[in-house]
Order: sequence, then structure tokens, then C-alpha cells
Amino acid sequence: MIDILYFAWVRERIGLPKERLETDAATVAALVEELKSREDRYAVAFADTSALRVALDQELSDFSASLVGVREVAFFPPMTGG
Amino acid sequence: MSVRVQSEPFDFGAECAGFGQGGKNVGAVVTFLGVVRDDSGTLNRMEIEHYPGMTEKAIAAMVNEARNRWSLADILVIHRHGSLKPGEPIMMVATAARHRVAAFEAAEFLMDYLKSRAPFWKKEVAADGAEWVAATDNDEIALKRW
Repeated sequence: MIDILYFAWVRERIGLPKERLETDAATVAALVEELKSREDRYAVAFADTSALRVALDQELSDFSASLVGVREVAFFPPMTGG
Repeated sequence: MSVRVQSEPFDFGAECAGFGQGGKNVGAVVTFLGVVRDDSGTLNRMEIEHYPGMTEKAIAAMVNEARNRWSLADILVIHRHGSLKPGEPIMMVATAARHRVAAFEAAEFLMDYLKSRAPFWKKEVAADGAEWVAATDNDEIALKRW
């Protein structure tokens, strides 16, 4: 089981902040494809992954990264702190 | 060294008073305050979302990196989340060092990293609608100098 978190407009487009999923996806990119095939709202949110960032277990990562051993994946737009 | 991520307001003056002072090795204190700006004149509030857990880790990593790069006597970072009114303080950075160059550079380094590597997202809510603040190319360019 993997926890998937969504923030900012990704959260708004998908319509929930967090969900738990059973997945065989080996990489972030494969997980994104799996999510996109589920429902339109995911396809809309993940239409352009170059506009998104991903964190694995709360560390910034990238879409080609492996999900082996990962417990928490977060998707969000580029950060706007400060 | 202190990092605080909070929804409550903070008192910039009170935080600055005494910061980094009193030590024999401190000759310079630099402070920065970020406030909610209202360019359009119609801003009702700014909503700041964050990623609890990752936020604290990411800022701690930036503070450690600053300590590795510069000789600093003290660092304070406060960043708010939640609903903020125009003119309210969003965040502050304070650095203390022997000399001003280290204090200024470390403060700018922390500001640049907080802007695009700390998981905060700002949404501007105005009378005529709400919009997420977009990151700019300049945010990434600013990181390259470090």
C-alpha cells in the first residue's frame, strides 16, 4: 500500500488531498499512467507532468524514480514559498 | 538555530530584538520580513497551503546547508501557513555572523531556497475569483547562483 498526497491545484483538480492505493507500478511515471487511466479528473490533473513536481517519502524526486520501498508519494505544482 | 512553521501571526520586532546579539563573535545581524502584497488592490486574502512534515525537513536541510557554507552564529526562520490578510507578515529570516557578508549572503540563500524548494503554495483570493500563484523562471535562475 502506498499513500498518495496531492497539494494546491493538483488537489483541487483531483478532488481529494490524500488516498491509499494498492499498486504494482514500479516507477512514478507508471503510477501516473495508472492514475490517469482511472478517471478523467486524474487525466486532467496529470495532463502535463512538466508542470508538476513529485516528492517520495517527503524528499523531492522525479518521475523516472523507482517506487520500491516508497511509502508516501506527493504530487504538487512548483512551490511558491517565501 | 530555530525553524518555526505556524499558522499564528508573529511579531517581527519582538523576534528581531536580541536575535544573535550578546555573543562576542557576532558583528552583523541581517533580517528579512515577507508580507502579503496586494498588487491589484482587490486582494481579500492569501491562502498558504503546505506539506506538513516535508516542510520542516526541507527548511532544516536549507538551514544546515547555510551553516555549512557560511560561518553563522545563529539562524531564525519563521514561515506561516493558512489564511493571511494583505499587509500581514508571511515569513521572516534572520541570520547572525561575525561579518555582514556572511549574514547577507546566508539570508539571501535561505530566501531563494524557501521560495522554490520549501513545499508552500500560495493562492490569492480576490473579490472576482481565486488564483494559485505561479512559480517564475526567475525563481529557478535565483538558485543557480548558489
